[in-house]
Amino acid sequence: MNKANKTALIPYSLWILLFVIAPIALVGYYSLLDLEGNFSLINYQTFFSSIYLKMTLSSFWYAFLVTLFTLVVSYPTAYLLTKMRHKQLWLLLIIIPSWINLLLKTYAFIGTFGLSGPINAVIKLFGLPEQQILFTDISFVFVAVYIFIPFMILPIFNSLDKLNPTLIDAARDLGASPITTFRRVILPLTMDGVKSGIQVVFIPALSLFMITRLIAGNRVITLGTAIEQQFLVTQNWGMGSTIAVFLIIFMVIIMLITGQKSKGGRVR
Amino acid sequence: MKKLSLSAKFYLAFVFIVLYAPIFYLVFYSFNSGGTMNKFDSFTLEHYAAVFEDKRLLVILINTVVVALLSALISTILGVFGAIGIVSLRNMRMRNILLSLNNVLIVSPDVIIGASFLILFTMIGIKLGFFSVLIAHIAFSVPIVVLMVLPKLLEMNTSLIDAAQDLGASKRDILTRVILPYIQPGIFAGFFLALTYSLDDFAVTFFVTGNGFSTLSVEIYSMARAGVSLTVNAISGLVFVVTILVVVGYYFVVNRNKGKVDKSA
Repeated sequence: MNKANKTALIPYSLWILLFVIAPIALVGYYSLLDLEGNFSLINYQTFFSSIYLKMTLSSFWYAFLVTLFTLVVSYPTAYLLTKMRHKQLWLLLIIIPSWINLLLKTYAFIGTFGLSGPINAVIKLFGLPEQQILFTDISFVFVAVYIFIPFMILPIFNSLDKLNPTLIDAARDLGASPITTFRRVILPLTMDGVKSGIQVVFIPALSLFMITRLIAGNRVITLGTAIEQQFLVTQNWGMGSTIAVFLIIFMVIIMLITGQKSKGGRVR
Repeated sequence: MKKLSLSAKFYLAFVFIVLYAPIFYLVFYSFNSGGTMNKFDSFTLEHYAAVFEDKRLLVILINTVVVALLSALISTILGVFGAIGIVSLRNMRMRNILLSLNNVLIVSPDVIIGASFLILFTMIGIKLGFFSVLIAHIAFSVPIVVLMVLPKLLEMNTSLIDAAQDLGASKRDILTRVILPYIQPGIFAGFFLALTYSLDDFAVTFFVTGNGFSTLSVEIYSMARAGVSLTVNAISGLVFVVTILVVVGYYFVVNRNKGKVDKSA
């Protein structure tokens, strides 16, 4: 293509400058400011105190649990979906719930998990006393898993769908048991899908704040909750930015671990 | 193909039920004349009437749709230009740098986008409200449009452009008569995704909206924090129907386009 197309880059480059580079730079800048607006490393000092380190660890723990359960539910689902006759249609049916507004889905669980909600009705049917399900960490993990399932299924489904079925037949013919076939053939060949699934679940799971507030009360504090708290409640933008800086660092590390080699356009 | 075993069918059915149950639960109780989500008293449409009588809620609905349409439109234009610009770069290093920068906003958690935009808008002096929300939505929708359009541009045969040039087409003609029609499915997908991004966004809007302006997600959040209100259920009933219509509509449009391409090929 020709030079004239380069002018097309001008508005786009401006967008990158203003909304990608500037915001990150500003977050970095603010993380170095104390409450009075003077330069200091006080926020970083605070971050390495035991309270924040504990919070970071628990945030990682919950994100890990959420990702693990999402993967455990999604992989078999994706696998079975590829075996269905109208698989694209079924896939669409799995994806539709992810298009319903996130807030509404979360709100649904406030009713479902409530003291007189249907889950407790089932519990009482078995003659057990009613349980406080809402505002516990179990309910938080459950709702988060529920929300992330479609996002995990999609990349795994795509990689399974691309898998050449003759490879599986070959493994079987060569005497591999179904478990060996799965472990040595199917899983390694679909690892890319699993990795992108983990990527799209783990990073948001670290930073969820709406679900923690609505479902977990204040029982679960993720990095996202802490950032929101610092920015909008405490109005301590410096501390909020510092946590954001660390969240960005974690994000980059996760992307490096789960990244795929062949990205970018092809050479022409 | 082998038939699925019974346990496999059970498993799939279970996943589908779990995915849909909360949504149907919400919609079911939107018809409840009692005020709670626990005991169904009798059928009523009063909660739907309440949605349409609530002027404030209607304004918020209109806000949400206006922001979604405008941001999708503007980000599609920006994104298409961006994708064309990226493809025009011969330097692979530059291209990859731009692509990486492009993906930053896609992988960034909403909280980071929201917080950093809040700092940005405060610094530049943009008043928090309609415009800050609109700009934020445009900003985070641009990269997805680029990603949808880029593959189409890359698979396009450059000899098409050479041919148009040889036949005397101006640069403008090449753009509007050759490139844009070819990448149209990508543009369409980008616009659609930008639309859903905007409609679905809560966290970014929550950060950059001021006191006077609210979108549906933010409003539902404050209503849900106050406790159960069947008006929210009625809203979810409406949202569910609209979502299904849009998805089915999109599905048909895309398949029709595919059919066209297949036939012409």
